[in-house]
Amino acid sequence: MATDGDDTARVVPVRHYGQWVGSVVALVMLAMLVHTLLSKVPSTTGQQICHTTNGVRSCHPLLVWRFGWNIVFQYFTTSEILHGLVTTIELTLVAMALGIVIGVVIAVMRLSTNRLLSTIAWSYTWFFRGTPVYVQIFFWFFIATIFPTLTIGIPFVNVTFIHIHVNSLLTAFVAASVALALNEGAYMSEIARSGLIAVDEGQTEAASSLGMTRSQTLRFVVLPQAMRVIIPPTGNELISMLKTTSLVSSAGVVELFGATNNISAANFEVIPLLVTASLWYLIVTTILSIGQFYLERHFARGALRSPPPTPIARLRADVRGVVAKFRTPRVAKGVSP
Amino acid sequence: MPMVEAKGVHKHYGAVEVLKFVDLTVARGEVTCLIGPSGSGKSTLLRCINHLEKHDAGELRVDGELVGYVERGGKLYELSDRQICGERAQIGMVFQRFNLFQHLTVLDNITIGQVKVKGVDPDTARVKARELLTRVGLDGKEKHYPSQLSGGQQQRVAIARALAMEPKLMLFDEPTSALDPELVGEVLDVMKDLAKSGMTMIVVTHEMNFAREVANTIYFLDQGVIEESGDPRTVLTSPSSDRLKSFLSKVL
Ligand SMILES: Nc1ncnc2c1ncn2[C@@H]1O[C@H](COP(=O)(O)OP(=O)(O)OP(=O)(O)O)[C@@H](O)[C@H]1O
Ligand SMILES: [Mg+2]
Repeated sequence: MATDGDDTARVVPVRHYGQWVGSVVALVMLAMLVHTLLSKVPSTTGQQICHTTNGVRSCHPLLVWRFGWNIVFQYFTTSEILHGLVTTIELTLVAMALGIVIGVVIAVMRLSTNRLLSTIAWSYTWFFRGTPVYVQIFFWFFIATIFPTLTIGIPFVNVTFIHIHVNSLLTAFVAASVALALNEGAYMSEIARSGLIAVDEGQTEAASSLGMTRSQTLRFVVLPQAMRVIIPPTGNELISMLKTTSLVSSAGVVELFGATNNISAANFEVIPLLVTASLWYLIVTTILSIGQFYLERHFARGALRSPPPTPIARLRADVRGVVAKFRTPRVAKGVSP
Repeated sequence: MPMVEAKGVHKHYGAVEVLKFVDLTVARGEVTCLIGPSGSGKSTLLRCINHLEKHDAGELRVDGELVGYVERGGKLYELSDRQICGERAQIGMVFQRFNLFQHLTVLDNITIGQVKVKGVDPDTARVKARELLTRVGLDGKEKHYPSQLSGGQQQRVAIARALAMEPKLMLFDEPTSALDPELVGEVLDVMKDLAKSGMTMIVVTHEMNFAREVANTIYFLDQGVIEESGDPRTVLTSPSSDRLKSFLSKVL
């Protein structure tokens, strides 16, 4: 570079005018959104507020929050909503845990050299992905009508060990969990399969050459490495499951959405209670996303030379960067008068 | 009794014959080098020896025992998966592409076989792993992940991982072919030390200087056939077959 000795050349960064325009438009739209969210409108009941000042009586309509924030916060932490929330979380975790186990088993079966096993696995995925989850939920709720009793014994001979009434076994919660888990298993099996395939064949060979059995190879070598590929889409599935659980409300399980529905059916404040439910879903989703980040980081070890920074570390680096930016001119000027 | 004995070993993939009636003998404590052009079946022969591939015909014995079968009353019975794993655990293998377990640290790569396959307790396994790391010249790299090491370092860890199982036989499949030229030496040095310590080794290699210096016997494999074999000086300096002559003119 053509600089004469002690004078440091100034670096002029590229100016992105398009980005500036875009940012301004986005900011205006954001302001409009916030304004709408926080706006007040005349009450739909037509209620009026009247004062008498200096003997003059004046009336104006009662203003209420457009989104009914006062009602949102009134119900936000009522025990009915909180119970619903707990049920939603329980249902999500149970269905997801079972779904992951089913998914991994189906994926391993699918990749097996045994044709029967891989056909069974393929059929499972075909069936449960091919029918709507809503239909499957109702199916499990009404299964007792076609199989009133469950009998464990030796098939085709009249020997029975256990005899159960299906209705007592399949409570609404259990039926919902089974329905969601079986459906999830089909999706998880595809995710798990792509993860297993992504692990280099050399890893399996190295494990075999150490004398590991096939199941040891799977547990200690292949699955831990497949996790890196499996976890991000599984996080999406978990978040998606959190919201899919709202479907079971129409089959009588009072989870978060069911609870808000019950309340709004009584007080007709539909929108504020939908907002209440949405806020809770957003809160839980946010927490899950944070957990996902750290889990991904954990399973990326060994795959990257240095792990990605945590958001806090990144924030710290950003702050340092901004501070440095303000300092640089002084440093760069250096010897200038 | 030789460590490895192959008689008429045959292997085909579909219609392609990869090994055609291969005879090979490896004495205990000796180093055998397999040389030959690409696609001649060198890797396949190694993989048959530790039963990563199943040979189709012929007799293959390691330490006097048939590979993959057991002989009882004049009949051959196939071994169960578990028994095959037991056989493999006694044979170390080093791969061209290292194949270290990417999700484990160097130390865990060396202990996992001892702990999970041999049932050694983790503390003892770690002590042994550290000894082996010293032996391959990688002190202080315990906590690194494979991706943080150079190719030469990774290959030395792979050798340590195989040695941790206390194998009676070590197989090397082109251990230096994936390395930058300046890293080849450090891996060959470790292998020379190993040879000196009396380990029985079969090495597939294109490093003719290593073969000349270390091998007790060299086998030249071409199109699935052992074309020539013998002590390094004879095979490398006065080859009799035209094929070996033309192969050597290309690699030397
Ligand atoms: N799984 C397989 N299916 C079909 N053919 C195969 C398979 N594995 C190897 N072969 C063929 O067998 C022949 C011998 O392969 P092998 O890997 O043993 O050769 P090599 O001597 O090790 O060669 P290189 O020096 O390139 O490693 C090759 O022609 C190869 O294409
Ligand atoms: Mg090869």
